[in-house]
Amino acid sequence: MSTEATAKATTLDRDHGLRLLREMLRIRRFEERAAEQYSLAKIRGFLHLYIGEEAVAVGVMQALTPNDAVVATYREHGHALARGLPASSLMAEMFGKASGCSRGRGGSMHFFDVSRRFYGGYAIVGGGLPIAVGLALADAMQGRRRVSACFFGEGAVAEGEFHESLNLAALWKLPVLFLCENNLYAMGTPIVQELAVTDIAARARSYGIPAHAVDGMDVLEVEAAARRAADEVRETGEPRFLELRTYRFRAHSMADPDLYRTKEEIERWKRRDPIVLFEERLRAAELISDGDLEELEAAVAAELDEAIAFADAAPIEPVEDLLKDVTTPRSP
Amino acid sequence: MSTVTLTYREASRAGIRHALATDERVFLMGEDVGAYGGAFAVSMSLLEEFGPERVRNTPLSESAFVGAGIGAALNGMRPIVEVMTINFSLLALDQIVNNAATLRYMSGGQLSVPLVVRMATGAGRQLAAQHAHSLEVWYAHIPGVRALAPATPEDARGMLLAALDDPDPVFIFEHATLYPLEGELEETPHAVDIDHAAVRRGGDDVTLVTYGGSLGKCLQAAETLAADGIDAEVIDLRTLRPLDTETILASLAKTHRLVIVDEGWKTGSLAAEVSAQIMERGFDLLDWPVRRVCTAEVPIPYAKHLEEAALPSTERIVHAVKEMAF
Repeated sequence: MSTEATAKATTLDRDHGLRLLREMLRIRRFEERAAEQYSLAKIRGFLHLYIGEEAVAVGVMQALTPNDAVVATYREHGHALARGLPASSLMAEMFGKASGCSRGRGGSMHFFDVSRRFYGGYAIVGGGLPIAVGLALADAMQGRRRVSACFFGEGAVAEGEFHESLNLAALWKLPVLFLCENNLYAMGTPIVQELAVTDIAARARSYGIPAHAVDGMDVLEVEAAARRAADEVRETGEPRFLELRTYRFRAHSMADPDLYRTKEEIERWKRRDPIVLFEERLRAAELISDGDLEELEAAVAAELDEAIAFADAAPIEPVEDLLKDVTTPRSP
Repeated sequence: MSTVTLTYREASRAGIRHALATDERVFLMGEDVGAYGGAFAVSMSLLEEFGPERVRNTPLSESAFVGAGIGAALNGMRPIVEVMTINFSLLALDQIVNNAATLRYMSGGQLSVPLVVRMATGAGRQLAAQHAHSLEVWYAHIPGVRALAPATPEDARGMLLAALDDPDPVFIFEHATLYPLEGELEETPHAVDIDHAAVRRGGDDVTLVTYGGSLGKCLQAAETLAADGIDAEVIDLRTLRPLDTETILASLAKTHRLVIVDEGWKTGSLAAEVSAQIMERGFDLLDWPVRRVCTAEVPIPYAKHLEEAALPSTERIVHAVKEMAF
């Protein structure tokens, strides 16, 4: 895949390589277990899996500090895990439990964790962009050098809020890192049927925002581009934009029979599986061995077993609390 | 206690100025709030006083700047967002309904959105059907927000200050015909109560419940009725969500008759909600069926005579009362 990113990959050593591989693997296996739990009816509602796109969340998250903010979409399990939200609190959330990261009020599409500045999964396409602009506005006005990282899909590019938000962030010079996960489909509609101009980075540039397209299946390339862009946001206080070209291997949601893509297309993309690609790279560089992989898989499996056990055992919110936190209670 | 005479417009500005001067987290943003001074001249001169960082002109991007207000509120600021009119606010409804109103609840109480959004509402200025509707009830429908309708200069100033103290999103609907209205206010700006309705005129025979731009019409109708020996009590709802039904029930315990005057369309109106709550909680207090005086079910027309015919009027209020037996 041709890309415009020119940043050098960070030096790849064994520790860093294992870390990236582990994070991607955690997401992959988490999603597989989530699908399993959905089939067991432990998880209901919509469930959108991130399988195939792991390199994007993991690569980008390397560039962010705990002080930065993250705004994500309804396909946000990967972002939440990579940001450090415990798998147990995410699984409990999807089980509708009070120990979930949103007390069971949000479910799969609405993870929140203020302590990690994870400002949520937003299920209205494009709806998170103005929020990220506002988070950045507050940082700019209060003189804080922080990044507000905003993930959205290429479907959002057709929404008015995308254009309003890019214009406002550029006009007011706000420290937003816009991260467009271009997986080529807005639910079932291919990009060529939704966008008159499919070069998304070019559209960002038309608002005066420096933008690059990045191979979203290459975790090192994503990391390098994200580090450079996030550094620039921090240095200049101005927005940057990355188009991360990726592909989801699973259907849009568990409710989607996936009739709009050919098997050949899916198989072609699976040959660029970000985890397999990276694993091969680490092996070729003789940074990991079979034993490392087995250890990683075992550790991830144990973590997810624990997460599911935790979610199963977690308490539900008492119905008496149904009305709690609609608004803040007022003192009489 | 020293007092000052201010117009509703000046009072609203005085509230904003006080907030900007006393709380560095507060800023004003909206279309033409800067050099232009605001579409209704509310923010006139504030740009000179506080500078472009804190009195921010926005592009015509209602969704982005209301959403940015939410984001800024999440991140330590106390934004006052001005949307020119309630009709324009529809362009920001996604941010308001899906984000501002939901984030506290959906995050399990982790997030707080201390956002204040002001907008002009209502008809009476021959601005036709895209500048003059009364859609407050749509906002009053939404759990997670507070909806305020100041009808006096004191409330225009004090409700803004109270709204800024609220940890949740507050929407303030300023009826566009009220801006020139004068009133006497305490000199020192202060927050007012935003939990209760106010009895604006005491009376024993009939209760007129209203809010915002219709308060003046109700007070006038009460004077006309007084000349005919009917003593009307006038209640200004002030807060449209959450509704203060107690004050209405206390009044009905005296008057046993209720007329609700609301510039919204009758179907699905705030008047309908007040009526339903009284049916549920005060049916036995009533000696006569509840009457509603609302706007005719048409897009607001431009021509003066048609616009006047569409809106609640003193005559229609008096007529509705006189249909009742006393």
